[in-house]
Amino acid sequence: MSVARRSVQGMSVRRVMGAETEFGISVLGHPGANPMTASSRLVNAYANATRGTRQARWDFEEESPLRDARGFDLTRGQAHPSQLTDEDFGLVNMILTNGARFYVDHAHPEYSGPECLSPFAVALWDKAGEQVLLDASRLASVGGEPEIALYKNNTDNKGVSYGSHENYLMARQTPFADIVRHLIPFFVSRQVICGAGRVGLGVDGRGQGFQISQRADFFEVEVGLETTLKRPIINTRDEPHADASLWRRLHVIIGDANLGEVPTMMKFGTTAMVLSMIEAGEISHDLTLRTPVAALREISHDPTLSTAVELRDGRRLTALQIQWDYLEMARRYAERRPGDDAAETATVLDRWESLLARLEADPMTCSAEVDWVAKLSLLNSYRDRDGLDWDSPKLALIDLQFADLRPDKGLHHRLVKLGRIEQLFTQEQVDQAVLTPPEDTRAYFRGRCLAKFPAQVAAASWDSVIFDIPGQRSLQRIPTTDPVRGTKAHVGDLLERCQSAQQLVAAITGSPPTSR
Amino acid sequence: MAQEHKQPRRSTSDNASEEAVASTDAAGRKEQLDDDVDAILDEIDSVLESNAEEFVKSFVQKGGQ
Repeated sequence: MSVARRSVQGMSVRRVMGAETEFGISVLGHPGANPMTASSRLVNAYANATRGTRQARWDFEEESPLRDARGFDLTRGQAHPSQLTDEDFGLVNMILTNGARFYVDHAHPEYSGPECLSPFAVALWDKAGEQVLLDASRLASVGGEPEIALYKNNTDNKGVSYGSHENYLMARQTPFADIVRHLIPFFVSRQVICGAGRVGLGVDGRGQGFQISQRADFFEVEVGLETTLKRPIINTRDEPHADASLWRRLHVIIGDANLGEVPTMMKFGTTAMVLSMIEAGEISHDLTLRTPVAALREISHDPTLSTAVELRDGRRLTALQIQWDYLEMARRYAERRPGDDAAETATVLDRWESLLARLEADPMTCSAEVDWVAKLSLLNSYRDRDGLDWDSPKLALIDLQFADLRPDKGLHHRLVKLGRIEQLFTQEQVDQAVLTPPEDTRAYFRGRCLAKFPAQVAAASWDSVIFDIPGQRSLQRIPTTDPVRGTKAHVGDLLERCQSAQQLVAAITGSPPTSR
Repeated sequence: MAQEHKQPRRSTSDNASEEAVASTDAAGRKEQLDDDVDAILDEIDSVLESNAEEFVKSFVQKGGQ
């Protein structure tokens, strides 16, 4: 266990983690179009264009979305229908050769990126997801079908929100109470770095103004299992997709969908670092907030970053001051525990420090690196030039169109083209990540099996690949329970060597295939 | 202790803030870009959907997670 534990758990910005995003969808010129149909059209179009005859289905055997990290299961009778994500409602599910899952979740197309170990890798494969969605929308629009526009945002500004979730594998032995206590102040304050910005206040956006976070107004409780109603700052869904006696999955629902590569990387890097500190018992400061849900909103509603929120001990701190506290603890921790990945950790911590210092001095100096600042900077330019108030439809349009995935229409994309947004990756790297998986997790095995033996993979999931071998009556399920096995180092040669899925399954199971 | 001087430099004084800003090229980049802000707005104007109110109103989503 010790070897796997070290590499999975990490002592730094690295650990097993991944991003999943539900995209806003609209059929242009058909505002009443059914979003499930449109989403299915996307996934089907992509599947037809990229895959041969066989379409591997999702394997639901290990899914248990009603398991709660606090140690009890919700029965199906108590669950809201929207919580039952493990039932395939006849909608399409696709597993990609990069290890990701592309499917229809509720009324949105969703891309769940492959398991990664580095925050840079998460950001790269998340960008690859945008490319997949964009390609799918283009493929779905050929042949006279109406064009589908996709938005990487989190609200329609009419009362509805949809998520961009983060997943982090954590040591089961870490008391959940410690996670709750030390993560809430971090989650409430990290929006200053990874908020995506929003025009409008309140769930329906009717309040006038700009706020830092897309999601802040949709959170009602501190801790809970729900993701669609009474959204909690700490979500307790606990399907580790790994050995549940060793691991839990921390399912984070509070984040905004980021268009910038830097904020995605920083969101995962800083959160992974704080989780490592929690696991190691290294959070020495008690930053418990008196009213976290209210604090989340107050911070979001003040883009000047001067709002101070009250701690339980009576102190009042700004979001930046809270973030400085976490950074100071992270610096001390990193210094005491240098690891193989010290350079990557230092990169994240240096950027963290630089961003906090500049956000404190003048947030607008961060417009190339922070999504909400990039958006606010553009909005302010329009306000200055055209004398617009916050209730102007034009500003609402800029907010919406900022997230449009189409390169010619999306304002984030236009700013990238104009050189105003810092990028971490080249288009070539993104294109490569659309096709190939990360090499240092089990996503490698899943993705490479699909690429090499598309006709023989009957189904797959995070923790299995199921083969349908010609001549064999039963399906062969290869469990991939350990997220850091099935890497290139582990199975790269084997996959290279095997000329058929039959050979591969025989080599893995250690017995010659038998026909029954 | 060794960690003292490695602690992140909180900008408790104006000096520290200025240094932090000066130490990056972002501030300089911003000034330069402010010069052609009009060009940027022209570019954005050219891609904005024409009927803002109608377009925004028609963007209605069903709930997600």
